[in-house]
Amino acid sequence: MKEFSGQALFLDRNDINTDEIIPAKYLTENSKEALKPHILEDLHLEGFDAGKDLAGKNIIVTKSNFGCGSSREHAVWVFEVNDINVVIAESFARIFRQNMFNCGMLAIELNKEGINSLFALGNDAVVRVDLQQNQITAENSEGEKKDIPFELNSFDRELVQAGGWLAYADKKY
Amino acid sequence: MGKTIAEKIFTAHLKDTPSSANVVLDIDVVLCHEITTPIAINDLIAKDMDRVFDPDKIKAVIDHVTPAKDSKTATQGKTLRDWARRHNIKDFFDIGSNGVCHALFPEKGFIRPGYTVIMGDSHTCTHGAFGAFAAGVGTTDLEVGILKGVCSFREPKTMKINVTGSLTDGVSAKDVILNIIKQLTVNGATDMVMEFAGPVVDQMSMESRMTLCNMAIEAGGTSGICMPDRVTAEYLWPFIQNSYATIDEAIEDFRKWHSDPEANYTSEMTFDVTNLKPQVTYGYKPDEVKDITEMEGTTVDQVYIGSCTNGRIEDLREASRILRNRKIAPTVRGVLSPATPAIYSKALEEGIIKIFMDAGFCVTNPTCGACLGMSNGVLAEGEVCASTTNRNFNGRMGKGGMLHLMSPLSAAAAAVAGHITDPGKYL
Ligand code: SF4
Repeated sequence: MKEFSGQALFLDRNDINTDEIIPAKYLTENSKEALKPHILEDLHLEGFDAGKDLAGKNIIVTKSNFGCGSSREHAVWVFEVNDINVVIAESFARIFRQNMFNCGMLAIELNKEGINSLFALGNDAVVRVDLQQNQITAENSEGEKKDIPFELNSFDRELVQAGGWLAYADKKY
Repeated sequence: MGKTIAEKIFTAHLKDTPSSANVVLDIDVVLCHEITTPIAINDLIAKDMDRVFDPDKIKAVIDHVTPAKDSKTATQGKTLRDWARRHNIKDFFDIGSNGVCHALFPEKGFIRPGYTVIMGDSHTCTHGAFGAFAAGVGTTDLEVGILKGVCSFREPKTMKINVTGSLTDGVSAKDVILNIIKQLTVNGATDMVMEFAGPVVDQMSMESRMTLCNMAIEAGGTSGICMPDRVTAEYLWPFIQNSYATIDEAIEDFRKWHSDPEANYTSEMTFDVTNLKPQVTYGYKPDEVKDITEMEGTTVDQVYIGSCTNGRIEDLREASRILRNRKIAPTVRGVLSPATPAIYSKALEEGIIKIFMDAGFCVTNPTCGACLGMSNGVLAEGEVCASTTNRNFNGRMGKGGMLHLMSPLSAAAAAVAGHITDPGKYL
């Protein structure tokens, strides 16, 4: 299984789409690694600088309908190659969410309240996802701490444990 | 209890129920193009799994960038081409026979009522127009589809959209779907099958139904879907005539896929289109939609007519109504990409290509090209395009470019006027 904890990057907007996560012009690349420097390159967000703000971040926390638009799994791989294996959002676009679990990564949905309480911790928050307890623990540098429970569908959980859909399906079908 | 068409298709294809909320379905057709498939192929090769479940159920096309524009796109094409040959995938479409996937595959008769269809492309929902469950998937789903012929989905929830009233001349399926997305918003149909029904849909051609279903994903929908009926049977007749004695027999058989009257819908809504005006997007999201009259006068640098949304013969015919005996504004670059070679030939035969050329349009080969900002009409920073495509994300047709989604008629009107305007003026 992948690593599911680390510093959070907060993206404060709804409907962040796959073109913003990885622009179409990079879809001609033949390897996942080649996508690495282009993460969130076309995301125009007040105060956000993809070149600087991503350093050391391993978890994305964002608002609703994250990953809408194209089916490109590149939008998941570009996170994967940047060691970001978890996205926590109010909601996801279906294909993006499925792509995350298919790659053995986590797309966790929390209600507005849960998302807001993570945002309230501020930019230096460290988030840990405990898959056994179904709980997210987040803490900022001032020692302020939040425990937030989450739900994971049992099939999605199996995909994460199997390391993704290909491994799961190859064994089972 | 009654069932929806999506539930019927799911039941007929059920392979496994890995949890109470998830199902694994057998897939009838796996569609592939050269942007999302090569990485799947390379990954399968690396994992020593370079196999296909059934070469006859896999269809592939090079359509996004064709002819190749550089070494990278040439390599993507080659990877797909070599793979298709290696695995004896006979339905592979390359230069000379290739066209935009969601226009080409239906035209070949590959999509039938009751089918399950996946493709590594979000606009796969288009194929639901035939009464199929058709969903866009990522590369891993595509890999598993290629290898095992299965795909996982959540249990289907269906939203029924009744389209009632009557469309006025100059208002088309594109305007209907733009207005529906405006009302639903970009995630109003997430995880739902959007079932389009009602008298307006019943009267629509397959082309128009495909335009409707094509944009289901822009409201977050998993698939669009229409009931297969006489229109469907007539469109498919060349491909199904050996299976049925008469068209009526086919229509009767298709009924098994109709939603039951007492079926359970997650939500139901009615759109009366009687007073609907031509629609246009104004922002960077497909739900940012206004009446075209509110955008009157917005200058455009380019007009693009094509794509899986509106590059079909019906669309070209519509646009030619306005372009006939007119010239496009000298400040506008007009680009037409008929979506498939068959559409191109038909348009030639009907004199439509000549109308476009006489008006001052450049006619390119069938390709996605500009729709995703790859080739054949990419915008420069600050440029504006009136486009018949389906997605207006920031940078979609080129970094710093702006596009306004609209119908072929509205795009033709914008080309002539040099700015966004009501196409009704030219009819
Ligand atoms: S025409 Fe545009 S939306 Fe349609 S498949 Fe091609 S790139 Fe995608």
